[in-house]
Amino acid sequence: MTKPAAMPWLLCVENLMMRFGGLTAVDHLSFNAERGQITAIIGPNGAGKTTVFNCITGFYRPTSGTILLTHPNGAEYRLDQLRGDHINRRAGVARTFQNVRLFAGMTVLENLLVAQHNRLMAASGFGIRALFGSGRYRRAEQEAIDRAKFWLDRIGLLARADDPAGALPYGAQRQLEIARAMCTEPILLCLDEPAAGLNPRETEDLGALLLQIRAEGCSLLLIEHDMKMVMQISDHIIVLDHGRKISDGPPAMVRADPKVISAYLGEGEDSEEQTELSLEQKA
Amino acid sequence: MNHGGSILAYALQQLINGVTLGMIYGLIAVGYTMVYGIIGMINFAHGDVFMIGAFLSLIALVGLAAIGVTAVPLALAMALLFAAAISALYGWAIERVAYRPLRGSFRLAPLISAIGMSITLENYVQVVQGARVKPLMPLIPGGITLMNQNGFAVRLGWLQMLIVLVTLLVLAIFTWLVTRTPLGRAMRACEQDLKMTALLGIDVDRTISLTFVIGAALAAVAGFMFLLYYGSIDFFIGFIAGVKAFTAAVLGGIGSLPGAVLGGLLIGLIETFWSAYFSVQYKDVAAFSILAIALIFLPTGLLGRAEVEKV
Repeated sequence: MTKPAAMPWLLCVENLMMRFGGLTAVDHLSFNAERGQITAIIGPNGAGKTTVFNCITGFYRPTSGTILLTHPNGAEYRLDQLRGDHINRRAGVARTFQNVRLFAGMTVLENLLVAQHNRLMAASGFGIRALFGSGRYRRAEQEAIDRAKFWLDRIGLLARADDPAGALPYGAQRQLEIARAMCTEPILLCLDEPAAGLNPRETEDLGALLLQIRAEGCSLLLIEHDMKMVMQISDHIIVLDHGRKISDGPPAMVRADPKVISAYLGEGEDSEEQTELSLEQKA
Repeated sequence: MNHGGSILAYALQQLINGVTLGMIYGLIAVGYTMVYGIIGMINFAHGDVFMIGAFLSLIALVGLAAIGVTAVPLALAMALLFAAAISALYGWAIERVAYRPLRGSFRLAPLISAIGMSITLENYVQVVQGARVKPLMPLIPGGITLMNQNGFAVRLGWLQMLIVLVTLLVLAIFTWLVTRTPLGRAMRACEQDLKMTALLGIDVDRTISLTFVIGAALAAVAGFMFLLYYGSIDFFIGFIAGVKAFTAAVLGGIGSLPGAVLGGLLIGLIETFWSAYFSVQYKDVAAFSILAIALIFLPTGLLGRAEVEKV
């Protein structure tokens, strides 16, 4: 895929720094992600991948650096400065989590309807139009349910629409989280280790689903440890180690990069990942 | 209190009185439980919003009488709407001024702010309205006599029926709002995971504001009922009623909406029966002992969910 010269990158991360006290989790990281592609961020545990995601999706305010998202219509969004809910509502970025964060107490269908809240809320007029059953609200609700059912059908959960989301098996919960993110109609979907804990069969389904999502025009940013899947579906891979970028290019190039090989074969550290987690819990 | 020979009639009368009172507590308790559910904070100023609702109702009723609105049902409906609307504004402003700036701060900060807000509101009303008890003549007298046993007549007042019916109606609308509308879904989503909800593009601050607005409007409805039922209010009614409603919310399982109503009913019944059979002076002791017992044996309340921590 070649990029028309006039078309700016979808996502442009420049000199991103994230420090927690004395620990530098992300160190002067710059990379670009192209529209319509699957960009994977890989690296050993503690390389700072999730921290990058947290910066892109507004969980953390970066210590310094810029994250610029450009829509096809030319609108630009500084994700490092945008308010939490605007990252999704205005900029069109959605994400999933390493540890699934569904609304476990709500039904599967409700999880997908929450993701369409803004459209529905606008149509419901603070519930007043909903109370009187206005046509506009009922149409909007029907559309939202149809969209939800479309995604449920796609991930094979249509029959369980009214079950509590927490009652689903783990693999299904992961897929539901992706469906929920897609119901917000994002232009960039960030997936944090979507294949973790899936069996090979489920991983294969997941890969197919991600390729479909890409084919429909949504770009993806992917953190993943399952190298087989990463190499199969990614268009572009960025490798991090200790918060720095050590390699950046198409799968074939990255796979052959000696720096990547030594980073993976060298000793891994878990300590940084744990620090990240404990910081997130505090925040 | 000679009720020899009319035991059943006497008990039935207490049941009617207890349910009426319980409905008022339940309405206030819903506000506590909702706010707790969504931001994990006990809004101690909520009882005072109830008090402000009662005062606003009184002001509206007096004002309407002054400008010649003498049709009682019309005056009541207008006063109720007025009180609910203005109290909702109070609820919004309280959250905006006292709680939102402290979000993300340590857990005790908003709690302390809430206690400060409660004291501020009480003093504000005391200064503006005076400390004396404000009376209101009974607007809905009469009722029906259900039974007569050895000279003890069981009365069910029109007002009591009205209180129960309006409460049930308000709760039905509210339940529908929470379970069936986008706003309710957003509220429940915020309850489970604030950050995730924001990541789905939902304006979390606005959802929290609306929770306070709705809670305050419900408290105003309760204040309105209280005013009509007891016929007198002062600036301090919010404290005891608030603490009782809080007890009700904890007893029912804090965070659970049906639990709040159930808890309110139980507290109302316990208080009424205790007053009727033991001593009026100790009715608050009875109500709060229930809180202590509930906390010891049923820490999650009757309908509360135990929080299961994932490790």
